Amino acid sequence: MGNAVIQVRDLVMAYGERVIQREISFDVNAGDIFVIMGGSGCGKSSLLKHLLGLLEPAEGSITYGDTNFTTADPVTRQLLRRRWGITYQSGGLISAMTLAENVALPLEQYSDYSASEISEIVALKLALVGLDGFQSYMPSEISGGMRKRAALARAIALDPDILFFDEPSAGLDPISSRRLDDLILQLKESTGATVIMVTHELPSIFTIANNAIYLDADSKRMIETGDPNWMREHSEHAVVQQFLRREADTNAADHAS
Amino acid sequence: MTPSVEIDEHQKRLRLGGDWQQPSLPDPSAVLPLLENQAGNWQADVTDISAWDSRLHALLLRLHRILARRGDKLELTGAPETQQRLFHLATAVAPPTQAPKETPPLLSIPALREGLTQVGESFLDSLAFLGSAIQALFRVVTGRSSMRLRELVSSCYQSGPDALPIIVLTSVLVGMILAYLGAAQLQQFGAAVYVADLVAVGMLREMGALMTAVVMAGRTGAAYAAQLSTMQGNEEIDAIQTLGIDPMEFLVAPRIIALVCMMPLLVIFADALGILGGALVAGGMGVTPLQYISQLESVMTVTHFLVGLTKAFVFAMLIAVAGCRAGIKAGRSSAAVGQATTDAVVTSVVYLIIADAAINILCEQMSI
Ligand SMILES: Nc1ncnc2c1ncn2[C@@H]1O[C@H](COP(=O)(O)OP(=O)(O)O)[C@@H](O)[C@H]1O
Ligand SMILES: [Mg+2]
Repeated sequence: MGNAVIQVRDLVMAYGERVIQREISFDVNAGDIFVIMGGSGCGKSSLLKHLLGLLEPAEGSITYGDTNFTTADPVTRQLLRRRWGITYQSGGLISAMTLAENVALPLEQYSDYSASEISEIVALKLALVGLDGFQSYMPSEISGGMRKRAALARAIALDPDILFFDEPSAGLDPISSRRLDDLILQLKESTGATVIMVTHELPSIFTIANNAIYLDADSKRMIETGDPNWMREHSEHAVVQQFLRREADTNAADHAS
Repeated sequence: MTPSVEIDEHQKRLRLGGDWQQPSLPDPSAVLPLLENQAGNWQADVTDISAWDSRLHALLLRLHRILARRGDKLELTGAPETQQRLFHLATAVAPPTQAPKETPPLLSIPALREGLTQVGESFLDSLAFLGSAIQALFRVVTGRSSMRLRELVSSCYQSGPDALPIIVLTSVLVGMILAYLGAAQLQQFGAAVYVADLVAVGMLREMGALMTAVVMAGRTGAAYAAQLSTMQGNEEIDAIQTLGIDPMEFLVAPRIIALVCMMPLLVIFADALGILGGALVAGGMGVTPLQYISQLESVMTVTHFLVGLTKAFVFAMLIAVAGCRAGIKAGRSSAAVGQATTDAVVTSVVYLIIADAAINILCEQMSI
């Protein structure tokens, strides 16, 4: 695959002795919207943190373009990271800074823009997520949904090439969550960025994803990979189909007795 | 109607009846051995039950598990539809195969060894943390860091002015305690006026710095740990790292600098108030203010004062490093915040006492 942006090969993730997932291999191509699926606690956030270099693989490798990220030195990693935008599952906004300062942080850190340019970009990005006018609010002063959007504004501050989202719409009401999906899709289309996201939301998965993997907590393996629409109809794994059709195995109790 | 359990051993049938929501229920222990010994499926007839309760379901599940262990079943008859379904839900899942986690006895050789290893590891880890903190401080000093002035100012405010009221209270009281302690002994020799010496030397060299440090460990050290571990749980530290900012410079350095700058000031303040507290007690013993002051003049030397300040500096470093380390190393759950604060306070108090003893021995050897 020539145009793979990210290649993961035989990744084993572990916290100390405890292995979370093993034998994870996949490619993310340029322009993909790639979804990491799986039940709670199967290691989706952990996988994302491995991709971000916040956790180190127990085994295996992660490659960005031609750069082996796993063995790269801090400077090389930093060069790659400046082209990324990231939102975290629990927000990750700096609680001691206002929304404007949060969104300005990547700009100050990675660009040479002047202070007035930065504040204009901050206003633009906040407007894009519907939060213009909230510049001087602290993260603790706004609602959970607004925090998610503010985090998104910070993630897109530098027009990144790769966007990483960890459950961007989890915990939002259906309308806000839908709006956030639309926003992600529009951003993706206007910038051509590659998107890697963890999500449970079925509408997000089917309307925006074109590639996905499913991590299984019991077998500690990636049991399915491909287009989620295809997976829903053709996966060999009952659990994947159930996940995508949102059918819990409610009849199990009756069968068992 | 009282709840009842009737056993029909031949038909292998239990008849349960009555109101199971009543406070006292029949003791099932008579039934259990019967079920264990009589092979084959059993029936539980619950037609006569007038009121259901979770305790009844719990009993049924327990009976079911006894039978399931040898491959038999408990059949529920006469239950209303909803209760029947609840029973199925409970029994559909196989009983846990994993043995419940064993809690090791509190006092055992392996537990003791593990505890000691942990102390050793935590000490080495603290040293490594101190090393990287010093590196970060060096980058701050040479102006190549991402530390924000505002973070420093707010940390200074927290560990300085905010701490004043409690320092006032503790140091006046400590001064008075020292005075009482000395007065009781000195009065026997008619030398009550020397209380001033005791209070002054005690506060300047020892108690001013140590008491302030203990208060600051509980106050600021714990606060540092709580703040940083909350940020860890909130993935703020992850965000900072991926933005190319070193958390040691951005979060740890300003906190250390703040405490190291503020502690000596607090200690000077505490020394003065402690001596004042001593004067109050001495006054009560008939030592006039004039006597007290002239006595102070003869005993208060720059050396005593500097020993106290050196301690303040060292203690501040220890408290800040222990607090920040506990916060940065914390896990991501909310329980981790509590653990981090406890960890911060306990380690810093232990380090304080060790450092204090070490400095005193050093001074003794150098005859300072
Ligand atoms: N910092 C950590 N230390 C130890 N175990 C962790 C840590 N973070 C997550 N885990 C464990 O790893 C597993 C996967 O967690 P996570 O990646 O957060 O799951 P997901 O995002 O899929 O819900 C869970 O069992 C969790 O308990
Ligand atoms: Mg997660």
